Amino acid sequence: MNPVALPLNYNLVQLLELRACVFLHCCSSSLHFTKLICLFVCLFCSGVKDGKFTVLQLVEALGSSLTSSQPHTRARGVLLLSEVLQECYRDLTEREVEVLIAFYENRLKDHYVVTPPVLKGLKELTKCTNLPPGSAVSMLRSVFQDIHVQVRLSYCCTFKGLGADFVFGFVQSMDGERDPRNLLLAFQIAKNLIHRGYELGKFTEELFEVTSCYFPIDFSPPPNDPHGITREELVQALRAVLTGTPNFAEFLLPLLIEKLDSDVQSAKLDSLQTLAACVSQYEHKHVAEFLQGLWTAVRREVFQTSSERIESAGLAALTALTSCLSRSVLSSDSEDSLSTFLDFILTDCKHHLCEPDLKLVWPSAKLLQAACSASTSASHIITAAVMPSLLEQYNNRAQCSHRRTLLEVVQRFIHSVKNYESVFLAFRESLCGVVFSALSENNSSLQITATSVLTSLAQQAGLLLESDIELALDHLTRLLLIEEDDRVSLAVAECAGALAQLHPALVISKLIPRLKNEMYTGKLLKISCILGTGTHTSSVYVTWPSCLVLLSYEIFSVDEVVLTCRSLQRIAEQVQDTEEAGRCFHNIIIPHLLSLALQAALQGEKGSVKGLTSFILRHQNSFNLNLLSITYELTDFHPLSPEATTASRAVSLFLDGDVSFLPDNSFPSHMQLLKQEGDSWSLSRLVCLLMGSVCSLPRSVEVPQIDKLLSALEEMSCTCSHPLSYTSAAKCFAGLVNKKPQGDSLDSCACPQVSKALLLRYHPLFTTLTDKLFSLLDDAGLGPMAAADGFSLLMSDSTDVLNRACHADVRIMYRQRFFSENKAKLVQGFNAAPQEKKPNYLKALSNIVNKLPKQVQVTELPALLSLLLEALSGPDQDIHLTTLSCLEPVLVNPPQVLIQQLEALVNRLLALLCSPAMSVRIASLSCISALSYFPVLPFRARVLRALAKPLDDKKRLVRREAVQARAQWFLLGSPGGR
Amino acid sequence: MSEGTRLENANPVIFQRSGDRVQTASEEDEDVHDPIDDREIFDLIRSINDPEHPLSLEELNVVEQVRVKVNDAESTVGIEFTPTIPHCSMATLIGLSIKVKLLRSLPDRFKIDVCITPGTHASEEAVNKQLADKERVAAALENASLLEVVNQCLSTRSI
Repeated sequence: MNPVALPLNYNLVQLLELRACVFLHCCSSSLHFTKLICLFVCLFCSGVKDGKFTVLQLVEALGSSLTSSQPHTRARGVLLLSEVLQECYRDLTEREVEVLIAFYENRLKDHYVVTPPVLKGLKELTKCTNLPPGSAVSMLRSVFQDIHVQVRLSYCCTFKGLGADFVFGFVQSMDGERDPRNLLLAFQIAKNLIHRGYELGKFTEELFEVTSCYFPIDFSPPPNDPHGITREELVQALRAVLTGTPNFAEFLLPLLIEKLDSDVQSAKLDSLQTLAACVSQYEHKHVAEFLQGLWTAVRREVFQTSSERIESAGLAALTALTSCLSRSVLSSDSEDSLSTFLDFILTDCKHHLCEPDLKLVWPSAKLLQAACSASTSASHIITAAVMPSLLEQYNNRAQCSHRRTLLEVVQRFIHSVKNYESVFLAFRESLCGVVFSALSENNSSLQITATSVLTSLAQQAGLLLESDIELALDHLTRLLLIEEDDRVSLAVAECAGALAQLHPALVISKLIPRLKNEMYTGKLLKISCILGTGTHTSSVYVTWPSCLVLLSYEIFSVDEVVLTCRSLQRIAEQVQDTEEAGRCFHNIIIPHLLSLALQAALQGEKGSVKGLTSFILRHQNSFNLNLLSITYELTDFHPLSPEATTASRAVSLFLDGDVSFLPDNSFPSHMQLLKQEGDSWSLSRLVCLLMGSVCSLPRSVEVPQIDKLLSALEEMSCTCSHPLSYTSAAKCFAGLVNKKPQGDSLDSCACPQVSKALLLRYHPLFTTLTDKLFSLLDDAGLGPMAAADGFSLLMSDSTDVLNRACHADVRIMYRQRFFSENKAKLVQGFNAAPQEKKPNYLKALSNIVNKLPKQVQVTELPALLSLLLEALSGPDQDIHLTTLSCLEPVLVNPPQVLIQQLEALVNRLLALLCSPAMSVRIASLSCISALSYFPVLPFRARVLRALAKPLDDKKRLVRREAVQARAQWFLLGSPGGR
Repeated sequence: MSEGTRLENANPVIFQRSGDRVQTASEEDEDVHDPIDDREIFDLIRSINDPEHPLSLEELNVVEQVRVKVNDAESTVGIEFTPTIPHCSMATLIGLSIKVKLLRSLPDRFKIDVCITPGTHASEEAVNKQLADKERVAAALENASLLEVVNQCLSTRSI
């Protein structure tokens, strides 16, 4: 099949076609393809080179293989063409190149197997010297348009050999690009160009220019952007390009210095963040010549900025820059740029530290500390320059406020070098001296600052000696015992807590014994502070028995007893993971507390009962959750587990008057704690202790004598006249009912507490109870009360008994369920009710809606809005108030339906400004204030006029709200406003 | 702050902010009439932002409660403010901000007088005259760029 042997009367083109035909045959048979293609390439190339036929004729001849229905055949056809081009791209005319480019660009849309040979062909074409103008751009554009990212990236690899030329082509192709999608892609390509080691050559600056012209990114996506490209994505992508190579340093740093001077806050922020990112890759030689400019710019931002974000970005950039300079290895002839740079900082900042009452103290200190935190060497240089003068200043200043500022600055320095040990070793003695002198000072804020300096010093590993800690503990003990100021006591206790963590042995041997000695002399307040904050378990163990002893002393006031209880509670929370402590609480502490409460009740003491109850309740909550679940597993539901014991003891105490388990037993036997005797409720209110003991039990624990207990509680809640007693009884009843196994008979009793207990667990009886509540709405006497309070109770979270911490059976979304089941009933009832009963329904409605989660409020609002607006126009002030409080949170992000009713809403709210109740006027004003964020420009003049009146309200609180609302409305649609 | 502009007083003395006004029982009583007093007026103006620094006028001691005089019965308010330096070019702007804040926050019946603390500014008289001239104040607020700066001083600061 040697083509040369063919008859001579075939003209050249026919010959070409014949060969192409053979090639096509080979393609489809695919036998020995690689060998064949070499042969054909040789043949065609020589033909083209000798001028026997042109490449375009070759394309025509290959026609059938290029248009075959088989993608693989097409791919081979294109490959052949590309191989030919590789050999003879030098001989192409401009016209031919143009046609070929058009052909290849068109082929890019073809099947993906065709893509690689197409890209190869394009690559060969770019080598042509007579590339038509603009064709590089058009090629790259087609590549970017038609080729998926992965292919494109491999294409980039293919083009690596092109080096600078490709970079140039890329630069041209992205020049002037505006579409955020293409930009994002272009930034990614540019990043790859840099990271994959393309030779940027003389086009470094061009690549920088073409990307940096987008810096800083100023882009806000259109409202309905389907592509979801955010400004942040573009910022990050561009930052990755700009900071990608140190070769950009000479262009980037001046640009950043320039942009830092911009008036646009986001430009400043972006510049500072880019600066921090880029210097992490640079060496000192890259930044050396810009140090002065960068420092001036960063300093200006920190000294003058109004935004904390810019300030912290500036400080972060300074830290990054300093650590870049600290990292670099210096050659013998280069100057030490770290010390040059730190000199700039010290020259500009150090003297401000000597003016503790002026504005620039803090910015200067922050700048120095930012540099300090960058590296060990920087922190040594800066502290050596700054600390002596700071300490000297401290000793020379007489004013406490100055000394405090200086001490705070010192503390920040200690904090900033916390990663570099030994920086402060040289100053240990003088620092301790300053701290101890501040602790002995008679100024509370100075003492507080000194304690935090002490904590920071102690946290520096290996800095303080044991003798320093001992001395510090002496100071702390003294302050704990004599100090009257609560803030100081708290700060001291926190510091002692921190020391206890770092040096437990010292604290236990020195601090705790002395505190224990002092306990009995009545310094309870501070001691309970330290007990509560001492985080080390062993120090807690040492102290809690003492607390208990204290409780039996009668010399203490109610407040002190309550404080001790609180300390016990904190101890309980901290040691809750040991079984021993749990047993101790249930066997010793709780009986002790019950006994104290009983004693107090018998003596008719007020107050302490409440403290004890809340203690028992809360303590049980935290206890039950962790510790006792473990104990249960250990004892396998043994009825004598500590908690069940407590519960059964409490029940027998309340039902039978069994006082045998109480310590110091001098109580009369057979007390009737659940019966009110006459007007005395000192005993009956102890029912809240019963509530604390039995209501927090897990559902699995059976309460003994539950039916008897329930009927006693029910009777008490119905007959007792003391509010705390009957609500506690009702809550206790509800708590027990909530946990009773399903199917047990329940007497219905129309008490909202019980309804709630049932609502929480979706009990079927609940609907009956709700209907009863609804019928009460029509009751003339009970209506307003039952409606308002009953429904708000139903919907609100219970803090004491009916919550998950007390193991109550709480189903999710019970509020939504209640609402969706009853809203129709409510609306119907409202429509059917006579005029004078309507307010009851509105009140119930506003109470219910008020407690719904916001998402539900927003979805339900359309249906209820007219009713709520109705509620605003009625005469009842309570309804106004609850309705306004439902509306206000919705106004932050208002649903569409509200916006349609703006006119009605604004009218109602403005009318309420004349309400006789100041709370309504205030609530209405704050709603009006929130409204100013809506599209309400047309109302501006009217609202401003209406708001002039409450500016002269007789109540100051109303005036304050009016001033705020009016200020908001003035800013609406005004330059510099909104 | 574009290139080259330097603050006239880059490092001013900072003063303590006073705490929030303590709410009294009588303020919560519906029937008691709370008169507008010095502290109430001071609370209106103390949080105005300085045009140059990220600080309030109170922190720069430009306004002080002792320099606020109000007479609720006679409906008069007199305020003296103290520029941080005698050549402060922002004095008029600060005065204007105080005046606008009070115009927006006080009932119409009040006559508002804002002036510079005597002897604390080089062009005291000229500034006082401008601030006292109703028509000039109104004309200044017609100027959009001036109103913009004033509104920024009166906006709650955002971080």
